[in-house]
Amino acid sequence: MAQKKLMYGNHAVVEGVLAAGCRFFAGYPITPQNEIPEYMSIRMNEVGGEFIQTESEIAAINMLFGAAAAGKRAMTSSSSPGISLMQEGISYIAGADIPVLVVNVIRGGPGLGNIAPAQSDYYQATRGGGHGDYFTITLAPNSAQELYEFPKLAFELAEKYRNPALILADGLLGQMMEPVEFSEQVVDPSTLPEPPYALSGCRGRERRVVRSYDLKPGKLEELNFKRQAKYQQILKNEQRFEAKLCDDADLVIVAYGTCARVCDAAVRMARGKGLKVGILRPISLWPFPKNGIAELSKRAEDFLVVEMNLGQMIDDVKLATDCKNKIHFHGRPGGAVPSPPEIYEKIESIMGGAR
Amino acid sequence: MRQIFGRPAGLTDVLQRYCPGCGHGVVHRIIGELLVKLDIRERTVGIAPVGCSVFADEYFNCDMIQPPHGRGPAVSTGIKRTRPDCIVFSYQGDGDLAAIGTAEIVHAAARNENITVIFINNAIFGMTGGQLAPTTLPGMKSTTSVQGRDVKKQGYPIKVCELLACLDGPYYLERTAVNNPKNIIKTEKAIRRAFQNQIDNKGFSLVEILSMCPTNWGMTPVQSTKWIEETMAKYFPLGEYRNRAKEEK
Repeated sequence: MAQKKLMYGNHAVVEGVLAAGCRFFAGYPITPQNEIPEYMSIRMNEVGGEFIQTESEIAAINMLFGAAAAGKRAMTSSSSPGISLMQEGISYIAGADIPVLVVNVIRGGPGLGNIAPAQSDYYQATRGGGHGDYFTITLAPNSAQELYEFPKLAFELAEKYRNPALILADGLLGQMMEPVEFSEQVVDPSTLPEPPYALSGCRGRERRVVRSYDLKPGKLEELNFKRQAKYQQILKNEQRFEAKLCDDADLVIVAYGTCARVCDAAVRMARGKGLKVGILRPISLWPFPKNGIAELSKRAEDFLVVEMNLGQMIDDVKLATDCKNKIHFHGRPGGAVPSPPEIYEKIESIMGGAR
Repeated sequence: MRQIFGRPAGLTDVLQRYCPGCGHGVVHRIIGELLVKLDIRERTVGIAPVGCSVFADEYFNCDMIQPPHGRGPAVSTGIKRTRPDCIVFSYQGDGDLAAIGTAEIVHAAARNENITVIFINNAIFGMTGGQLAPTTLPGMKSTTSVQGRDVKKQGYPIKVCELLACLDGPYYLERTAVNNPKNIIKTEKAIRRAFQNQIDNKGFSLVEILSMCPTNWGMTPVQSTKWIEETMAKYFPLGEYRNRAKEEK
């Protein structure tokens, strides 16, 4: 039987990363994700991997660039201000089509902000984040279990499409303890094949070059078109979401991560009062699950978007519904977490009380 | 007819786009020859900087990567730690290493990361058109210090070997020049040592090379070699700044 353990979300992600066969971590301390590098420093040592506490997040993302270009699974974790510092590197990595995993345990912003849970980095995560035309595959777990499971999925998607992947958590998911069931299928890193771009020394083959630039006229445009075709494939194949009680819903809540957990409780309250409310939880934030929302928009009149920011994902919901439905919003910025009664009140104000 | 001189197998058969009299070509040739002489070409990964030598990824006949400006030592670290059997060298200019990448080089040195760094100091930003570098001499003209570097406003040059020699970490630090045959031979020896240290798992080795930039100095190639001798090497004295191999003896 699979092992089950009560653990912090931040520790679960470490176990998930190691179970995915990743043996390289570089990162810099920042709250509320410090448990990741702390626990990683112990566990990486136990499994014979490399753990480096860097001089900055800039150094961390570039160490990942090196390790991943060398063909190895590599990851870093940070929180909002540190992720901002990594954007230059993520842009280069996207421009060189190299897979890496970055975990953002979001805190309140902008600036130094605070250390409380937030979802205010949604735009940054889903619009590329740095300079240039690119996107990062972005997954949003809502439990310690998913924090354990998503690193493997993220690496697989990152490698399949040769693209950086992000896991977007928040301070609450990282700091709360939940039971985690460990997988019996852990990846042995020695079984991972050497990717075709891997820098490993050119013995017996042509030399390889990893770079994000091309100055030959027309060539960079060509590369961007090629990358765009890859993004279209990701948009087509990799939309992930979970829909609950949506089949007969008059109102569909759209929320991810911590907000989805809170909204689950509010949906139960509403159903208890006879209100037909469902919830769609985006699991992939990029690609955004627009097909699932478009389908629901044919029958549900109202949508309620709940975010721990003042309205970022709502843009994607409006695009997915083609602005044909009524899109309501409830958001809490600055590290505040909404409560189930607060969401229920909002539901009532839209639907007009218990039936 | 017997060919007695040609392009070393460590360099690709590509026309290099450096200006006449530039020092990069000389250093490229030294590295290209050493990759063969030390029999490491097929297990080497090189890092090209941002700057004139960004095209180094086309010129060295080994696996290459071109990372963000200044981040060569961090990228080198990621490669070396995951592929310890590879020989990893970071080729960097003065803007790359001593301005935007100061943190990365200092910390790679402090960790005694087992990598080889080739640092080209030509006291100027070359690729972008001759702006003030962290190594521009006091009074020296650049396109962003047209009256000459005013130390009251623009501060003093950074002496990288001296700076890194304050750290316990680095294994080997030497400053050389490529302005005459004697100095080129010394540079070859220093770069050879910097690679050999890595092969022997000794740790961080950096060779700082004073190099000519006639285009942005507004000099002829010959004047440039003299200027290194008479002016630049006075401010940046040549020699060993750290050699743990000697201390170990």
